Parts: sequence; structure tokens; C-alpha cells
Amino acid sequence: MGILLQLVFLLLLGTASFYIYKNVKRIRRNILLGKPENRADQPLLRLKTMALVALGQKKMFKKPIPAVLHLAVYLGFLIVNIEILEIVIDGLAGTHRIFAPYLGTIYPLLITVFEFFAVSVIVACVVFLIRRNVLSIPRLQSAELTAAPKLDANIILITEIVLMLALLSMNATDLVLQARGSHHYFATGNFFFSGLLIPFFNLFSNETLVVIERVCWWFHIAGVLAFANYVFYDSKHLHIFMAFINTYFSKLTPAGQFENMPTVTKEVKLMLSLPLTEAETALGEAGRFGAKDAIDLTWKNLLDAYSCTECGRCTQQCPANITGKKLSPRKIMMDTRDRIEEIGKNMDTKGKDYDDGKSLLDTYITAEELLACTTCNACVEACPINIDPLSIIVQLRQYRIMEASQAPAAWNGMLSNIENNAAPWKFSPSDRMNWVEKLNK
Amino acid sequence: MGNITFEAPLMSDAFAKGIQPEVLFWVGCAGSFDDRAKAITVAFVKILNKVGQSFAVLGTEESCTGDPAKRAGNEFLFQMQAMSNIQVLDGYGVKRIVTACPHCFNTLKNEYPNLGGNYEVIHHSTFLQELLDAGKLAIEGGKFEGKKITYHDSCYLGRANRVYEAPRRLIEALDAQLVEMKRSRSKGLCCGAGGAQMFKEPEAGSKDINIERTEEALKTEATIVAAACPFCMTMLSDGMKNKEKEDSVQVLDLAELIALAEGLN
Ligand code: SF4
Ligand code: SF4
Repeated sequence: MGILLQLVFLLLLGTASFYIYKNVKRIRRNILLGKPENRADQPLLRLKTMALVALGQKKMFKKPIPAVLHLAVYLGFLIVNIEILEIVIDGLAGTHRIFAPYLGTIYPLLITVFEFFAVSVIVACVVFLIRRNVLSIPRLQSAELTAAPKLDANIILITEIVLMLALLSMNATDLVLQARGSHHYFATGNFFFSGLLIPFFNLFSNETLVVIERVCWWFHIAGVLAFANYVFYDSKHLHIFMAFINTYFSKLTPAGQFENMPTVTKEVKLMLSLPLTEAETALGEAGRFGAKDAIDLTWKNLLDAYSCTECGRCTQQCPANITGKKLSPRKIMMDTRDRIEEIGKNMDTKGKDYDDGKSLLDTYITAEELLACTTCNACVEACPINIDPLSIIVQLRQYRIMEASQAPAAWNGMLSNIENNAAPWKFSPSDRMNWVEKLNK
Repeated sequence: MGNITFEAPLMSDAFAKGIQPEVLFWVGCAGSFDDRAKAITVAFVKILNKVGQSFAVLGTEESCTGDPAKRAGNEFLFQMQAMSNIQVLDGYGVKRIVTACPHCFNTLKNEYPNLGGNYEVIHHSTFLQELLDAGKLAIEGGKFEGKKITYHDSCYLGRANRVYEAPRRLIEALDAQLVEMKRSRSKGLCCGAGGAQMFKEPEAGSKDINIERTEEALKTEATIVAAACPFCMTMLSDGMKNKEKEDSVQVLDLAELIALAEGLN
């Protein structure tokens, strides 16, 4: 029986790991469908940014209440996972609480700490569920949060609660069995939080308790593995991992600095008969200017899309969204992710060059949304994991103007004024110094 | 003070005389053509004159930095503008540029270097703060004493380039009471003009952005709203008119506030 359970466990662990591996590969492949962009410079500053923003959650604390609750879940996630280590070893080796004899009196202390975090996770997730489903917090109710993303959030929260309850029940039954001197159950000393459940579990017979303990054990580990798989399959909860990678590759230049397109520089220099640099000479034919579809964006834009946790802090600060325009930076990120997932799926099922006739621009994101952006950087500033929705908006705008010639009439006027009169308004360049007349009046 | 003749020397004249002015004042298109913004230009030039700053302007040789073209998505036009401006600036051996427009400031400072234009670029709020620190501004007390002034952060000065303190230091130096709006500094709300919005009608929505911001400014009960950008100036002034507050609440640029305090009206 023992060896059979060990095999079942091995199979479970193996299958879960295999699917996680496959999904990680898929996500990586999809992200690398994006265009190149150099984010390898200044590794020390990058590590520091990651430590402050992802590990230290610096930007989360702009909103203290959700920040504290989120911190509880985040620490709970990190710390309870240490207990998973023991569970995995026990499962493979057929042992029971293998660390207990070695750690002595530290063991119950450690487990109590884990349980403290498990309890905080439960409390935080319950509050989160209430915030999402009962209180009407605008950030958690907007249009792009359709049924699927809402369900995703609820699934995750409920799963976390159930997993933590299983953990506590597992420990509590163990304690009762220890107290009753069952030989298989090593006397570890009391765990504070599950200890509180002892009176309840004392109502059951030894046999029932053994069953409950085992069921909780299997449920907990299987649940954790299923959760991990779900996260990597398709969920905003990928941010648990992506936050670190994404903040490492943050934009380090001033927020107001937009990239200058090198292919344009080359053409402009040729037009003005200016000398080209070596790198510019080596540049190939200019491809598409700006972005029409998700694969025209850079890999960093796509990494952003996979990292987005759909929290809506960006949209909440967006002046266009606040004043009722269609633009929502969160939707820009969700659309980009949906589209790159769709492109990846098409590649896998219908071949590399399959064209489904859709594109990020128009099918997903409309001109009306793009045109409403004031490029104010409020969304970039607000994002707790340094996602840059503005970069995507600008690249889509570039495609509309430079490739599709779809500027609104007023913008066409402004652009031709700059070209012909050296100013965005229709004034004669010779009037540029007329303000001097007012200087000595 | 009435006996100073204010001057705005041209770079081409200085160059012809073999003079290299310490700083180039980049006026910008709004500061050159927009009637309200011209007053900001005039105020700033008066301050430059008063403190004896060696400076020059490009005059008709100045051309749009290309900012609105770039934000709208026309990278070609932006780079054409940038390259020809860089040729002019380099032709005069310009080292230091000051401008009263955060959009020009951001573009010249951040987007020109990679195209070959390397200058020290500062916004006039920082420049004025430097004058203040160097004791070059007299700032006669009394003019603004006890007045409530609120400051509207320009996106391209604040979030885009993290200049939050210089404007506030100037307002405090006026002995005025600086009151903050609910959304300020890194959380400041846009006036609605950036990203080339200035040059088209807003998209359909429930409200215009400048109205939202004007309402927020009115809530502070300040009698002066300080701006640091000619486009914010337009948006907020329009907002005040819309709310019929243009007589009770003034929208003034930092340069205008300092010029008033210096008795330069
Ligand atoms: S940059 Fe654009 S999308 Fe982002 S907050 Fe500002 S207006 Fe909204
Ligand atoms: S982009 Fe950032 S702020 Fe916006 S929803 Fe995604 S994670 Fe939240």
C-alpha cells in the first residue's frame, strides 16, 4: 500500500511539473514573438528596482488597505510553500513529517508561524472576496472586467481559502492523533492555530481522523499542484512570478522619453544627406512602422501583458477613463495578452503562417481608445509592477498615422502646419518674434 | 523699475558679434504664438533682463521641437524637426537651454541626445529656483503674502521628468500659502492637453479633462492656480471660464508670479 501511494504521488508530481514546464515554454515562446528591445543594461540598478518594487512591494503601499492584505497573501504564499517542501519529501519517501525529529522544539514553532500566515491568507482572501463581489469598488467593476476575468479572480481566492483550511485541518487532526498516542504520529509539540481546532476534531474516532488527515494532506498537495498549473495555463495570477522578471526589465529612462525609431532615423538622415553611423548602415529595410498586431510590439510589451494582474490601478488614475472616455490602460494590457495568446494558439493548431484576419488594432483596440490618451504617464506611475501601457498605445498610434494614414482631420492640420510653418498652428514663421512688441509696453 | 529697456537678443546677432550667450531661451511655439502664453514669455524675459542673465533666443530660426508630431505617432515628422533643430543649435554652439514649456523641455532633454543633440536642458522652474538660491531674486514681500496658491503639476515636468519641488519652492518663497490639490505630484491629474490632445477635440465622454481638473483646483479655495506649462495654462484658463470663475481665480505661470513679485509688470 505504502509504495503504491508513493508511486501515485510521484506520478502526480511528475504530471503537474510536466504541464507547468510546457506552459512556461509556451509563454516564453509567445513573449519572444515580439520585436527585440535592449533591456540588458545596468544590471545593478535593475536588481535594485526588482528588490524594491516586486519584493518590497513599494508601489503597492500607495493604497495601504489593499497593500496590507495583499502582503499577507504574498508572504503567506512564500512561507506556506516552505511547508510544501516537507510534504513533497514525505510523499516521495513515504515518511511522515520528516523534519519533525530533526528540528525538535523549533518544529512546532515553525509550523505555528506557517499557520499564522495561513490564517492571514484566509482573512485577506475573505476580505478580497467581499471587496470584489459585495462592495462596489469602481476599480474592480469596470467594463473590461467581463465574466471571465471576474471568475478567474474568484477561483483563485476561493482556492487559496480552501487550501489553507485543508492545511489547518491536516495539522489539527495530526495533533489529536499525536495526543492519543497513535504510533505513526510523532509527538511534535503543539501548533498554536490548528491547536485551536482540537476540541472539534476530538469528537471523531481515530480511524476517521486518520482518513481526514490523509484526505487533507492529499487535497492540499494536489490542490497546490493544480493551482500552480492553473496559474501557468491562463490566469492573471502569473504575476506572482512575472512581477520579478518584469520589474527587472523595467524602463529605466525618464518616463517622458519615448524611443526614437532607428529605421526612421536612418531614412531621415538619408533625406537630409547626413552621415549614417555604422549601426544605421547595417539596419535592414524598414519593416512596418509602429504596431498593428501583438507581434509588432516588443517582447517587453508582451512580457508586460503576461505580468498584468488586472488590478486596475492604472485605469483608476487615467484622466481619459476618469472622464468617461473609452480608453482603459488595463484593457490595453488585457487585449494584448488575449491577442498574443490567440496568435500562439493559431501557430500551434493551424501552422506558423496562418492568418486569422484579426489584429490587435481594430479587432481588439479601437482608434477611439487610442486617440483619447494624453500620454500623461499616470498609468505607468500607478502600476505596482512597472507595466507600461503607454508604450503599446504609442506604437499603435504610430501604425495608424505612418502606415494607415488614419490621423483625425485636426491632427492632419496640425502635422502639416508643423511641416510647412514650423509650428502646430497656422501662423507665419516670420511672426515668431512678435511677442517682443509686448516687452517694453 | 520702469526705466529698464528690456531686451531679447537674437542668437544670430550675438553670433555675428562673436558673443556666446550663457544660455539659450527656447521660447516654444505656444510661447511664440499663443496670446496668453506670450505673456509668460515676456515675464520670463523680463526676469532674465533684471538679473543680468546673458541669454539669447533663436527668433525666427526656432522651429517646433516635434513633440506633438511624436506623441500623435508621426515619428518621421518628429525626427525631421529634431534633426533640423539640432543643426541650428549646434551651428551656434549652444550648450545650455532653458525653456518655459515642459513639452519642449522633455523632448530637447530626453529625445534629442540620441539623435545627436546634446545640451544641458532645464525647465524655467528649475532655472528660477537656481536664481532664488543664488540670491538673485529680490521678491518683494507683501504681494502674495497669505494668499492661497495651488500648483498644478504638468505631466511632462512631473511624472515624466520628476521635477516636483522647484515650482513649490518658488511659490513658498512668495510667502504665499501653498495648498495642494487632492491629486498632486506623481499622482497629479493631467490638464487634458498632452499627447497632442491640444490639437483636436476630445473623444466622447462624460466630462472634459480640464473641467475635472479645474473643479479640483477650485476645491482648494485657492485664489491663484500656478501653472508651469503653456498648454496647462490654456486648459485651466478655459476651465475657469467654463466655471465662470475667471474673475475670482487667476491662472498664472510661475514666471508671471515671480515677475509680479519682482515688480516687473
Ligand atoms: S498615459 Fe494615456 S492611458 Fe495612461 S493614464 Fe495617461 S491618458 Fe490614460
Ligand atoms: S497594468 Fe499594472 S496597474 Fe494596470 S491592471 Fe495591470 S497590473 Fe494593474
